[in-house]
Amino acid sequence: MKRFILSLAALAFLVPATAHAAGDQEVPPEHHWSFNGIFGTYDRAQLLRGLEVYRGVCANCHGLKYVRFRDLEAIGLSEDEVKAIAANYTVEGDVDSFGDPTTREAKPFDAFPSPFPNDEAARASNGGALPIDLSLVAKSRVHGPDYIHALIGLGYEENAEPGPTGLYHNPYMAGGYIAMPPPLFDDAVEYHDGTAATVEQMSTDVSAFLMWAAEPKLEARKAIGLKVILFLLVLTGLFYVCKRKLWANVEH
Amino acid sequence: MQALLNNGFIRWFDNRLPVLSWTNHHMMEYPAPRNLNYAWNFGSLAGLALVLQIVTGIVLAMHYTPHADMAFDSVERIMRDVNYGWLLRYMHANGASFFFIVVYLHIARGLYYGSYKAPREVLWWLGLVILLLMMATAFMGYVLPWGQMSFWGATVITNLFSAIPLIGEPIVQWLWGGFAVGNATLNRFFSLHFLLPFVIVGVVVLHLWALHHKKSNNPLGIDYKGPQDFIPFHPYYTIKDAFGAGVFLILFAIFLFYAPNYMGHPDNYIPADPLVTPAHIVPEWYFLPFYAILRAIPDKLGGVLAMGASIFILFLLPWLDTSRIRSATFRPVFKWFFWLLMIDLVVLGFCGANPPEGFWVPLSQVATVYYFLHFLILLPLIGWFERPRPLPDSIAKPVLKA
Repeated sequence: MKRFILSLAALAFLVPATAHAAGDQEVPPEHHWSFNGIFGTYDRAQLLRGLEVYRGVCANCHGLKYVRFRDLEAIGLSEDEVKAIAANYTVEGDVDSFGDPTTREAKPFDAFPSPFPNDEAARASNGGALPIDLSLVAKSRVHGPDYIHALIGLGYEENAEPGPTGLYHNPYMAGGYIAMPPPLFDDAVEYHDGTAATVEQMSTDVSAFLMWAAEPKLEARKAIGLKVILFLLVLTGLFYVCKRKLWANVEH
Repeated sequence: MQALLNNGFIRWFDNRLPVLSWTNHHMMEYPAPRNLNYAWNFGSLAGLALVLQIVTGIVLAMHYTPHADMAFDSVERIMRDVNYGWLLRYMHANGASFFFIVVYLHIARGLYYGSYKAPREVLWWLGLVILLLMMATAFMGYVLPWGQMSFWGATVITNLFSAIPLIGEPIVQWLWGGFAVGNATLNRFFSLHFLLPFVIVGVVVLHLWALHHKKSNNPLGIDYKGPQDFIPFHPYYTIKDAFGAGVFLILFAIFLFYAPNYMGHPDNYIPADPLVTPAHIVPEWYFLPFYAILRAIPDKLGGVLAMGASIFILFLLPWLDTSRIRSATFRPVFKWFFWLLMIDLVVLGFCGANPPEGFWVPLSQVATVYYFLHFLILLPLIGWFERPRPLPDSIAKPVLKA
């Protein structure tokens, strides 16, 4: 009987594992992220550095439409710092009294806007390629943050030149070629905490930041999960003891 | 319960609407075979999973917007801005997978112990109807987030109906509500995804009615001889089911809190784009064996018919299995073929997960042929030629003697 259940369970769990088989791209090396594991949490200092990389480099082409400025308070910024960051961005306002469209400074309740007014404008400025919104990129790609880190931190050749099609070789991209020019070079941003801004450092920090952007409730999820599972273990243990006691006098 | 019924008011009420004596009859005193093992826990677990899906689903529907331009955003709003929205959505998404896990185990138990045989054929049929309804519900639910896999999964599956000669195209357009998968499709899928779970509840009631009418099968697969074969459902099986539910919830919580996207597909975090086809369109894991059968046949109509037949053949199982012995415990040959069938299904699952190229194509064809061979040829032959081991006289006898 035990064997019956175990074998069936083993068979059932083998199947989903293969659904994740990657395509023809190179598998990114595994990075040890602070948010891995049961007790994993985001490294606030790393997220702030990642935010600096996003704002200094990625935001030139990529939006972050599901992240509101006020969400940044969760990674350690004060209300005033959030207001100051939002003020750097312009968003669409209401129509004015003449019925004409207006723009205004972004407020904490606004999301990071795309740098382009629409997809066509974005394509026109990027040789036909559309820079994706980065809010969910850490979840919409196999290997998530490892993939981002490898793609922008390890994948480009030194002094990479685009090929005849305007694409850059990058083994971590599906198909091996990517339209995005190498985004990072040493000292592309100046970190507020004085950390040396190497390509490796920046690609790691921004990958962690994008993981937070995609899964902002990760810490709450793991913390609640631990309590729930501990509670269930005790409850299930009690059920088992009761079951043993109740069945003790029943021949079965 | 008896003490409760001694109360004057309750007795008066129960005499006019016998809810309490009904509960007593069906959930407490209800006689269950004394020898049920843990494989009999999966029925109550499936019921638990259904309740979890309905409760989380109703709350999700309060926050979700079924519109092609807003569905994806509204799901992200649930994940980020709705209080514990992430918990609800991850429960619902992983709950669907766990519902299928326990239902597949429940069906496997029925196959192993011959629970589909007389006098439980109608009980078995109702279970298959529930499975079909679950499949439709899960498929339409997967479309609702309106990600890339939602959109392309919907396109691939609805297009299957175009294989029907003559009326195929009009049927597909009727399903879509247009000339492509679009907002009309999303709206009707949302409506049906809300409706079907309650239809499932209705069929579950019939399933339980049929069960309580003919009583549970048991690991020995023999008929009951008298009251000594039974014990009351409460407290013996209520506590055993509670323990099983605890184990189920622990496994569920591990996925829910620590690997909530493990059983999903990353592409579904990309908003639906009718102009960009994903490299590999893969259904959710619980459809993979059927997907493999669909693709194993080089002809579209043939593939659709084979996939449909793979489930409908199960309706004929009570007559395809010619053995009168129910439990595999007493069927030395059948037992081996049961496990071969399980391996075959896992192989089909792998075939469905991988692109239809290279050795996966012949492998899925062999596995598909074996699947039908098992039901159409092997089962009748085994029943005729197998020499079963001697059956015990009664459920109670081997137990009480030991």
